[in-house]
Amino acid sequence: MASEGDRRADPEVERRSRLLSGLRLEGEGAKGVAIALLSTAVFLTVVIVAVTQSPGWPEVKRTFFDWGDISSSFPDIARAFVLNVKIFLVCEVFILVFALVIAVLRSLPGPVFFPLRAFAIVYADLARGVPTILVIALLGFGAPALQLTGVPTSRVFWAGVGLILIYSGYVAEVYRAGIESVHPSQEAAARSLGLSRFQALRRVILPQAIRRVIPPLLNDFIGLQKDTALVAFLGVIDAFNQAQIDSAATFTYGSYLAAAVLFVAITIPLARFTDWLIARDRRRRQAAGGFA
Amino acid sequence: MSSLKLENVHKSFGEHEVLRGIDLDVAEHEVVCLIGASGSGKSTLLRCVNLLEPLDAGRIWLGDEEITRRGVDVNDVRRRIGIVFQAYNLFPHMTVLRNVTLSPRDVLKLSRAEAEGRALELLRRFGLESRRDEYPDRLSGGQQQRVAIVRALAMRPELMLLDEVTSALDPELVAEVLNVIRELAEGGMTMVIATHEMSFARDIANRVCFLEDGLILEEGSPNEIFSSPKEPRTQQFLERIIEAGRL
Repeated sequence: MASEGDRRADPEVERRSRLLSGLRLEGEGAKGVAIALLSTAVFLTVVIVAVTQSPGWPEVKRTFFDWGDISSSFPDIARAFVLNVKIFLVCEVFILVFALVIAVLRSLPGPVFFPLRAFAIVYADLARGVPTILVIALLGFGAPALQLTGVPTSRVFWAGVGLILIYSGYVAEVYRAGIESVHPSQEAAARSLGLSRFQALRRVILPQAIRRVIPPLLNDFIGLQKDTALVAFLGVIDAFNQAQIDSAATFTYGSYLAAAVLFVAITIPLARFTDWLIARDRRRRQAAGGFA
Repeated sequence: MSSLKLENVHKSFGEHEVLRGIDLDVAEHEVVCLIGASGSGKSTLLRCVNLLEPLDAGRIWLGDEEITRRGVDVNDVRRRIGIVFQAYNLFPHMTVLRNVTLSPRDVLKLSRAEAEGRALELLRRFGLESRRDEYPDRLSGGQQQRVAIVRALAMRPELMLLDEVTSALDPELVAEVLNVIRELAEGGMTMVIATHEMSFARDIANRVCFLEDGLILEEGSPNEIFSSPKEPRTQQFLERIIEAGRL
């Protein structure tokens, strides 16, 4: 608690943090680069030789890696992929808000709020416990079947609701970890200045909490982007379903590869961005001497 | 009229009774220093006054209002009492200026210009104006603690509670914070100060209370307590302090 300056970056922490950040070249300059290139080349050679020498390779090559199949199915799949991206973007907004509400409910202190806390806990447990595809099936087939007036019958809509419900469980837990990581003395300081519980939460606790959990939040969104493919299960034509249709027409699987490339084109930049944020956050904290 | 009055205040954490019946009367413009070993209940006493800890028994008045009665508006009580903590507890995601203006704007509903005017006046007075746009991380411990004091003062409290505000500081930074407190005392601020800085207490206090095991064992003028303590426990405590070279 004393002088925060004591925690300035020590070399060991610095070294380990560089190791953790993954795609970083250890070692010294040009020599390090040479070693990295050589080992990568050896590794790739081994993998390529192993795969292309396998007995089933010619067949796999024909069904998966036919350039004609891949390129001809690509435009259709790309068009269908727009739906995946739309679902992703819309759901993300709702998840961020809904999960925050759940996390805040769960962090309310005192016996009065027990029912709300209990609700939040049960919710997070259920959302994380039930397979996503089951929820999407239940909602996507069940809700429109009720034929209630005013209830949307769109399967995309209900698939989105399913994704929001499930992912909110995960994201609420991420938020909660952030809220709990803010030292109680911060709330005491805010309350001692006359701020209400809600004001303290809004001005002091949540801004610090959310800043700390942005990287794990992005991780969950990488997962969400992939799981938008689950709407295919309801018969909606998204990238995955379009790939399936193409595959059924040509009896090859190149279209799946095309769909995979599209997903990866979004998730990998997102993953690198997350890494970058984590690294920046760490640098800042070290520059600042550890507080926050 | 007394500014703060405590009557038979009790507080336990689980089995451990931290405050065992505290009576204390603080007059307006009076500076009361609480001394005693760590764990004697000084900090808990201050936190109880600010209603950060609920009492188990006893009553507290601020001015002529009982603040421990049922249904009291705790936020209103707290905006009338400033408290400064040992670990500063500044908000690390806000600049110095924002730390100081947050509560005047959100609680007192001052306009931004008004709150900033008030904050800058205080920052200037305590030599912190040039730090207004820095984040707390960038400041020394002494500066952070002075900002924390300014943040409490910006609410224009009737009473200031200082909880060992120099204990976390490097020795060379203690003086700058004590000078701020001295200036407040000279300005007539009513204060209750928990401290280990005996010579400071002796210098600044109108009255010194020696706490042990959750009770005020002895109280009196600084001269009475430091020069001729009556209780053997007070004598022992002060001897240990002198041995440690802190008086």
